[in-house]
Amino acid sequence: MIVADRKHVAEIRDMIKDHDRVLLVGCGTCVTVCLAGGERETGILGSALRMALKLIGRDKVTVDECTIERQCEDAFIDVLAGRVAEYDAICSLGCGAGVQALAERFPRVPVYPGLNTQFIGILEDQGVWAEKCAGCGSCRLGEFVGICPITRCAKRLFNGPCGGSRDGMCEVRPDLECGWQLIYNRAKALGILDRLESIAEAHDWSAGFDGGPRKVVREDQRIAGLGPNA
Amino acid sequence: MDDEPLIIAFCCHYCAYAAADLAGSMRLEYPDNVRVLRLPCTGKIEIDYLLTAFERGIDGVIVAGCLEGGCHFLEGNLRARKRVERAKQILEEIGLEPGRLEMFNLSSAEGTRFAEIVTEMTQRLTELGPSPLRPRGERAERGADEMARQAEAALTGETK
Repeated sequence: MIVADRKHVAEIRDMIKDHDRVLLVGCGTCVTVCLAGGERETGILGSALRMALKLIGRDKVTVDECTIERQCEDAFIDVLAGRVAEYDAICSLGCGAGVQALAERFPRVPVYPGLNTQFIGILEDQGVWAEKCAGCGSCRLGEFVGICPITRCAKRLFNGPCGGSRDGMCEVRPDLECGWQLIYNRAKALGILDRLESIAEAHDWSAGFDGGPRKVVREDQRIAGLGPNA
Repeated sequence: MDDEPLIIAFCCHYCAYAAADLAGSMRLEYPDNVRVLRLPCTGKIEIDYLLTAFERGIDGVIVAGCLEGGCHFLEGNLRARKRVERAKQILEEIGLEPGRLEMFNLSSAEGTRFAEIVTEMTQRLTELGPSPLRPRGERAERGADEMARQAEAALTGETK
C-alpha cells in the first residue's frame, strides 16, 4: 500500500488560512490503513485546524470534513461533486495521486496536500510501516530471492554487499538491516546461494523514473464510449 | 468565577471515578471547577475526544485511569497514555500549551490523590491562564456540561 504521514498542523494551516471555507477530504483506502488520512485522522485534523486558525485570529474560516472511499478514482470522487461548490478550497488527506485526482476533477478549486506521501510499503509492526517497493517498472525480485536491492540496499547495489555492511547492519543507520545480508541469508536458507554467484545485469532504469510520468494501458479493457472519459 | 479554569476529567469507572466518589464521601475539599466524565475504561479515550474538549474552550483536561498493570481490560490505560501523548503533540503543533492535558494513574481507594490531582491541575492551569480558545461572551461551561451529559448518556445506553 501507499504509506503517508500527516504534515505539521502549522504547515497545513498556513496553506489554507486565506480561504473562507475549506473542505478536508480523507481517503478510505491506503492512507486509512496507515492511519494517516482516514475518517478518524480527518476528524482529528479538522479539529486541530479549527483551533490553530482561531489562535491566529482566523476563526471565521470554516473547516468541514468528509471521507470518500478512494480519492484516486474518478468514480469515487463523484460523491463530492455536489458539495465542493460550497467551498473555496480543498485539503486532501489522500496520497499524491489523490490530491492530483481531486485537482484534475475540480479545476476551479485550489487543492492542498495534508499528507506527505512516503513510499509503497507494508506494516512491519504495530504503528511501524516500512518501505518495500520503489515502483521501478522492471521488477527483479525473482533474481534476489524476493528482497528488493533497490529499496532495501541504501546504495541500490545489484551486486552487493558493500564494505559498509557490519554484523548484518547497514552503515547508513544503526537500525537499518543490510539488504544484501538479508538476500544472502534467505538464499542460503533456500539452498540457492549459487544463484548469487553470477554478476547481476545493470538495471533498466528507463522503465522507471526517467522519461516523464508513466502509463499502463490495457487495450483489451478500452472500449470506445465507455469509461470515465467517454 | 470567570477566571477559574474549567477542567474536564475523563475518569475510568473502575478507579478514578470511584476515587472521585470516595473523595466526596471523605468530605475532601477540592476545586469545584472540574467536570467528571465517566468512561468504562480510559482505553475508550480517542484523540478527538480530547481535542473536542479544547475546541469547545475547556481550559484543561485530565485523563485518569487505573494504576499501570491494574487495568480491568489489561491495557486500556496504557493505550490511553499513548493517545494522550499524541494529543499533547498535536496541541503543541496547534500552538496550545501541551501542559493543559495530563494523564494520571490512581486506584479506586485514592480519594485523597484524586483531590490532589484536581488541585494540582487547577494550579497549573491558573498559571497558564485561560484557554485562548474560550468562546467569546460565554463560559465554556456549557460545552463542558454538554460533553459530560453526552458521555453519561452514551455509557448508560440512553439515546437522547
